[in-house]
Amino acid sequence: MATTTTTVPSAGPVAGSRSFLSRLRQGDEIAHIITFLFAVSVVLVTLLLVFDLWQGSALPRHKFGFNFFRTSVWDPIFDHFGALPFIYGTLVTAAVSLVIAVPLGIGAAIFLAELAPARVSDTLEFFIDLLAAVPSVIYGLLGVFIVVPLMRQYIQPALKHSLGFLPLFQGPAYGVGFLTAGIVLAIMVIPYIISVSREVLLSVPRDQREAALSLGATRWESTWKVVVPFARGGILGSIFLALARALGETMAVTMVIGNTPAISASLFSSGYSIAAVIANELTEATSNLHYQSLIELGLVLFLLTFVLNGLARLLIVATSQRGAGMGNA
Amino acid sequence: MKRFAGLLVVVLAAAGVLWADSALSINGAGATFPYPMYSKWFDEYHKKNANLQINYQSIGSGGGIKQVTEGTVDFGATDGPMNDEQLKAYQDKHGSGILHFPTVLGAVVPTYNIPGVTAELNFTPDALAGIFLGKITKWNDPAIADANKGVKLPADDIVVVHRAEGSGTTYCWTDYLSKVSDEWKTKVGKGGSVNWPVGLGGKGNEGVTGTIKNTPDSIGYVELIYAESNKIPYGNVKNASGVFVKASLAAVSAAAAGAAKEMPDDFRVSITNAPGKTAYPISTFTWLLIPEKFSDAAKRDAIKGFVKWMLADGQNYAEALSYAKLPKEVVAKETKAIDKIQ
Amino acid sequence: MNARLRWRKFVSGFMLAMTGVCALVSVSVLFLILGYLVFHGGTSISWNFFTKLPAPVGETGGGMANAIVGSGKLLLIATLIGVPIGFFGAIYLAEFSGSTTAFIVRYAADLLNGVPSIVIGIFAYSLVVLPFKQFSTLSGGFALGLMMIPITLRSTEEFLRAVPNALREAAMALGASKSKTIATVIVPAAYRGILTAILLAFARVAGETAPLLFTAFGNRFWSQGWTQPTAALPEMIYRYAISPYDDWHRQAWAAGLVLLGLILVINIVARAILSRGIAVPRT
Repeated sequence: MATTTTTVPSAGPVAGSRSFLSRLRQGDEIAHIITFLFAVSVVLVTLLLVFDLWQGSALPRHKFGFNFFRTSVWDPIFDHFGALPFIYGTLVTAAVSLVIAVPLGIGAAIFLAELAPARVSDTLEFFIDLLAAVPSVIYGLLGVFIVVPLMRQYIQPALKHSLGFLPLFQGPAYGVGFLTAGIVLAIMVIPYIISVSREVLLSVPRDQREAALSLGATRWESTWKVVVPFARGGILGSIFLALARALGETMAVTMVIGNTPAISASLFSSGYSIAAVIANELTEATSNLHYQSLIELGLVLFLLTFVLNGLARLLIVATSQRGAGMGNA
Repeated sequence: MKRFAGLLVVVLAAAGVLWADSALSINGAGATFPYPMYSKWFDEYHKKNANLQINYQSIGSGGGIKQVTEGTVDFGATDGPMNDEQLKAYQDKHGSGILHFPTVLGAVVPTYNIPGVTAELNFTPDALAGIFLGKITKWNDPAIADANKGVKLPADDIVVVHRAEGSGTTYCWTDYLSKVSDEWKTKVGKGGSVNWPVGLGGKGNEGVTGTIKNTPDSIGYVELIYAESNKIPYGNVKNASGVFVKASLAAVSAAAAGAAKEMPDDFRVSITNAPGKTAYPISTFTWLLIPEKFSDAAKRDAIKGFVKWMLADGQNYAEALSYAKLPKEVVAKETKAIDKIQ
Repeated sequence: MNARLRWRKFVSGFMLAMTGVCALVSVSVLFLILGYLVFHGGTSISWNFFTKLPAPVGETGGGMANAIVGSGKLLLIATLIGVPIGFFGAIYLAEFSGSTTAFIVRYAADLLNGVPSIVIGIFAYSLVVLPFKQFSTLSGGFALGLMMIPITLRSTEEFLRAVPNALREAAMALGASKSKTIATVIVPAAYRGILTAILLAFARVAGETAPLLFTAFGNRFWSQGWTQPTAALPEMIYRYAISPYDDWHRQAWAAGLVLLGLILVINIVARAILSRGIAVPRT
């Protein structure tokens, strides 16, 4: 039990300093200062990181300027570095992963939020959250030994056979490449889409559904035409979150993408992503320009994920507030 | 609960401090080319010297050069010798130089995985250059088929595999291609990391071997032991005297014979496309990069001790792992050079 | 009941069934992953795996004893860095701060959370490895600790905020100072959630590989003390998986099983702790 602290306010400096001292003795000021220092350290570390990236990429920024983003040559011998193949690879694999993960994820979220009884929904959600906890290198392991042979032996030839007229599915089937990396990424980001979309869908007020149903809509129509659009912002936010995760993924991608700085219309082609090239080349970039170009790539990746994460949170918060503010449970 | 946590931290810290003093740890990094050899050596040497641990990480020759220059590792390893620019960079950074010590000789072989083909293919220099330039795209191209009459080559697309990171093996391969193909020399050049016209990237000799094993119709270049221990076929290469030579210890030693007599003082020498009827044209020395000056006397003595052992007993382990021993002249010269390490 | 209505009803049933399929597919992926790991990894787990050091290249019989211990050491340092900063920072945000500072701190934490792990690796390399010219367990732990900070901070703050104000007011009415209230009333009330947050952050970084590539670096032997390079489970999985040696592949599966098993157990325990406690919002 604390000793009494409230001092009777009395005139005079002695009384005032006594109350400060007693506050100090009880540790409030110290607690305030200490916790403040810890909180500030978070800000300082983050600032230091951004500063480090900025400083560390000074050479290529001055030498190449914006051409860095338009050149597709990555030549350590002649010291020409362009980011285009890596940006391309990062974006393409992320796009492929979303094309697969978004329909699956939203479909599953709708099932969990609208159809499944609460117990089933919670249990399945539990398993899906576990999926989000699986580390990237394990996905890489499965990618190398299971997905790549599957792709090379069955899926890629099948796609070539049926859809080979599209430039997307032409070229030799290595097993590794943009498509494989996209598929592995899709598995990794589905949990994010499902869990956030499910929460957002659950927060849509009941009277929205009931109103639609009372007007004669089928269950599906009420879901797809009323509830989902209401939760549109949050669902979009979940997609941005998934995208941000897909862009920054390193291990799983470098193990299945083929590690070639190539830009190609075909999804079967092997490629490279920003994170993968940094992982492969950072410890050995002997020329300063090479090393700092890799840092600049890191800066680009950081900025991309930063913007996407920000947008994602805005959208999710905006939708949840709408849901909470409007109807009642 | 708090008291327990506090006690735990103290115990661990103490353990950490005590632990830290029991053995000398030396860290090295670099080439994947001699990794099977080095891992065996450091393991054996540790058995003989229980309080010395030499931890070697195979991250590629480029990594070895960079990290030893940065000073984050005590020694480096590479099969592409440091060029003058890199030597100067080291000198500028540390105020003293860095020495190359050859350890063993090895061969870089063109290894492939063609369904239905188990024969040893013959590769001409033009064929190899053409394949890696992306100009020869099918296995049954005349440039390959003509040298392999009697072997049925499929009309499949060739999948080229190269290294994804900076590599001495790449240096040796591109050094050879630059010598035999002007187009390669001007278009791509020689180096640890080049702008490859075509191909998939594998990480380390290990990664390239793994990729070739898993990818039909592929061809890549790896150190001999990686092809042998994984039982993937590798081809014969036409040498400077016009003979198709299979990579072997004798052929590699033949390639080094000339250089052994003319070895420069800094031991940096290229033996690709060497003269001689029995010489294998894509051979190379591989080097340890050891700083001239060590601030830590214990580390310096440990490394000098290891190099002495490596030049004597260590050489006896080489042939079992398909690396060729160093020529006698080179061993003698190196033994004298050990004294340069201060 | 006309044709159009029948069609609409059919579409409704069909689409809803499809969503069920989506959910089934998503969940079954988890079981497929576990199944493969158990099948391939289970057969490779041996006494050697847990007790032996790696064998020279190409030889069989090696193990990952040093990687298991190495991961443990890395995670210990990560926790020592990440948890205090996250915990005390959260106390500041929940109990002491004004709204502008709170906004800045939260924003910085979110920023840090969104940084790709490879970029954290670059930062740790240039901050801790290069200046000291040493790859080390400390630098690897530092990188992982950085990743733990935002997760711990935000979750702990939410759980602290969820403690009802009535408790705070009651403590004040009884004369307790603010720091005493926090220490003896608020934190104990939220402790389940805080423990969950720490466990989840721990599980998250236990599997990270990318930051370790340029910091912990890897070690074929026992790593001495805290300032030498060290092997770690995720990093060994990566190296062994891309190699051509079958024995290494088997070890990679075994390591994958051990790692995933550990992470899943921590996750399940964390959620169990949370669901037993007082009603706090799930993050």
